[in-house]
Amino acid sequence: MSKYKMHVLVCGGTGCHASESDQLLEDLKTIVTEKGLDSEVQVIATGCFGFCEKGPIVKIMPDNTFYTQVTPADAREIVDEHLIKGRKINRLLYVDPENQEHIADSKHMGFYKKQLRIALRNCGFIDPENIDEYISRDGYEALAKCLTEMTPQQVIDEMKKSGLRGRGGGGFSTGLKWEITSKSVSDVKYVVCNADEGDPGAFMDRSILEGDPHSVIEAMAICGYCIGSSIGLVYIRAEYPLAIDRLKTAIAQAREYGLLGNNVLDTGFSFDLELRYGAGAFVCGEETALIHSMEGLRGEPTVKPPFPSVSGYYGKPTNVNNVETFANVPVIINKGADWFASIGSENSKGTKVFALAGKINNVGLIEVPMGTTLREVIYEIGGGIKDGKKFKAVQTGGPSGGCLTEKHLDSPIDYDNLIAAGSMMGSGGMIVMDEDDCMVSIAKFYLDFTVEESCGKCAPCRIGNKRLYEILDKLTQGKGTREDIDSLRNLSYVIKDTALCGLGQTSPNPVLSTIENFWDEYLEHVDEKKCRSGQCKALLQYIIEPENCVGCTACARNCPVNAISGERKGVHIIDQATCIKCGACLEKCKFNAVFIK
Amino acid sequence: MATIKLSANKLDELKAVCKSFNNEKGELINVLHKAQGIFGYLPAEVQEVIAKELNISVAHVYGVVTFYSFFTMLPKGEFPISICLGTACYVRGAEKVIDEFKRLLHVNVGETTPDGKFSVACLRCVGACGLAPVVLVGDKVYGRVSPEGVKDIVAEYAK
Ligand SMILES: Cc1cc2nc3c(=O)[nH]c(=O)nc-3n(C[C@H](O)[C@H](O)[C@H](O)COP(=O)(O)O)c2cc1C
Ligand code: SF4
Ligand code: SF4
Ligand code: SF4
Ligand code: FES
Ligand code: FES
Repeated sequence: MSKYKMHVLVCGGTGCHASESDQLLEDLKTIVTEKGLDSEVQVIATGCFGFCEKGPIVKIMPDNTFYTQVTPADAREIVDEHLIKGRKINRLLYVDPENQEHIADSKHMGFYKKQLRIALRNCGFIDPENIDEYISRDGYEALAKCLTEMTPQQVIDEMKKSGLRGRGGGGFSTGLKWEITSKSVSDVKYVVCNADEGDPGAFMDRSILEGDPHSVIEAMAICGYCIGSSIGLVYIRAEYPLAIDRLKTAIAQAREYGLLGNNVLDTGFSFDLELRYGAGAFVCGEETALIHSMEGLRGEPTVKPPFPSVSGYYGKPTNVNNVETFANVPVIINKGADWFASIGSENSKGTKVFALAGKINNVGLIEVPMGTTLREVIYEIGGGIKDGKKFKAVQTGGPSGGCLTEKHLDSPIDYDNLIAAGSMMGSGGMIVMDEDDCMVSIAKFYLDFTVEESCGKCAPCRIGNKRLYEILDKLTQGKGTREDIDSLRNLSYVIKDTALCGLGQTSPNPVLSTIENFWDEYLEHVDEKKCRSGQCKALLQYIIEPENCVGCTACARNCPVNAISGERKGVHIIDQATCIKCGACLEKCKFNAVFIK
Repeated sequence: MATIKLSANKLDELKAVCKSFNNEKGELINVLHKAQGIFGYLPAEVQEVIAKELNISVAHVYGVVTFYSFFTMLPKGEFPISICLGTACYVRGAEKVIDEFKRLLHVNVGETTPDGKFSVACLRCVGACGLAPVVLVGDKVYGRVSPEGVKDIVAEYAK
């Protein structure tokens, strides 16, 4: 990076890409060249900066200027004012919502202050399509060190000592998994990277692959060295075209540099990578289903044991790790297991990446040390709840997880605490909900997902989840009873105990955790036929306020089911039994007499 | 299903794809991805050709095609509309956006308008959650879509 005086980093992540950051990049490049600055100023596209809410993002180095919501129309001003005259453009700077001050240096933004970026260390700093930039930030040094200075067992011991646990949801010790696979005897073994990322509303793995593909490639090669494998497979969702492109480019460059292929770095170690595409099935994130899918079959899970480490892809020992797990590996080798183990909490070391989304001010991708509290994440990094509304719940663990409430805000986030609180870490989706969200509907939303994604192989999941969904639907229609809530609970436990794979075993969690934490809301739905958030349309009541009604008859004439009665110039009333909640009366009344309760 | 004549050109292309994967049955999913790229969808005829080339049963191919939501046996509209129903988009009101598309286009999710112009589908998280709710028309991403904004999106393509 050294030959340039200034670097203009334009976010090329999916979020910013969707708001024309590619056009912005082109325009900036053109104008920089036009002004003859191209030997001093480098303009590149990077991966996601994490601050997607205010994208497209442009960062200017070395002064750390962080511009938000930049459009192609701003390109010329950035070049003329900032790059040439050295004046920051105030209107593009991030404004601190607390005191309305413009923040020029991203280090001072609340969003970044509490973050610690290990897995995301290069996202937003380097051009993911240029291997030299990765190398200039210690890239492939860990691989070289492993191949030339360490035995496979030494590397495995280092991984075990670091305390790194799988980031794909299970939280199994990575070092231990590598050790087990290394001890499985076979002529052929495989390293698999799980980039299926099925949790709807999560984009951690995708952002790592888009922003720093080499870190995953390097780690997979290290894993191959440890377990005695020369073939790696990345199972990636076909819906991630940008990540696929960047990964392909990175693999080609690594081959060219002799970092993949035969005789890597002249050490006699050979390792190469292939891509396999997912085709939109959540259950394929489960490792045995994933392996079947890679074999060209329906992605149905099978009972473990045997674990893939013993018998996986085509019956050979297969080490499956998640993208984020891999992204941590090179840093651990470079900086040492002790350094890594010094970060985080007792049994959860290092950091975790979360896709923070929902009713929060700073939607984006964040990475925090394990043990950070939910309050810090939501209020300090996330900037609090959108539109000044009241916090209600935060959902972690996706369709397998649960909803946590106010009372959990101060508990430190790690594998064990989240489980104790009735949720789980999952792969890193974190969805914040406010007072306008109905928790019964949220549970229904997740069950709808599970029903759609159940592979159908075992009855508890195939039939049981459908039944859970139907009962929840009944509740949101105002037809539920207390017995229904009991059945929800009982059935949930049966499904958890009897389903074959992780999908079914965890699918009732959103139901159980919302019943547990939002009992009042469930009761209101059945006893009072009321939804306090107004989300359940069937439970809304359109009511006419007699004080305001002048008897103009407009509402009655427009009601499609003749639910409104009243004399001309007399007060009108709505018959709740007939009303279909179409809202026409509300729209037609010019006297603000109709309201919703 | 009515028999659709596959053009000889595309048929050759499909066979070439199978060949490029050495007609290996383990490559079925990769072949299907490419085939859907060529035809836009995977009608029975295409599945039959693939089964023959890879030397597997049509039932096997069909079982795989129907298992994965990415594969479709129905042609999409000229402008395929996909509404994100990931959690982030859901909590920011994606359902109301879906309702509005259904109302304006008079179709249900999974259907295509009679003139073949628009098809409406849902998907789960496109990775642009910061822009929720998100709608895709083909590859173009629309962010922060409100129910009121739906008619403008449709109007852009309806000409
Ligand atoms: C229903 C289900 C879905 C899963 N989805 C994913 C996923 O999208 N990504 C992932 O890495 N792991 C997923 N897992 C976990 C994998 O089975 C496996 O534990 C993981 O890839 C191992 O890697 P790790 O040890 O590095 O976490 C899923 C598990 C289940 C039961
Ligand atoms: S629990 Fe559900 S997803 Fe898992 S095997 Fe059974 S039916 Fe399939
Ligand atoms: S439209 Fe309003 S004012 Fe007129 S009759 Fe109905 S409620 Fe009364
Ligand atoms: S909401 Fe619709 S159905 Fe109900 S009273 Fe008003 S106009 Fe009639
Ligand atoms: S995609 Fe640009 S900041 Fe996340
Ligand atoms: S949930 Fe819709 S883009 Fe992520």
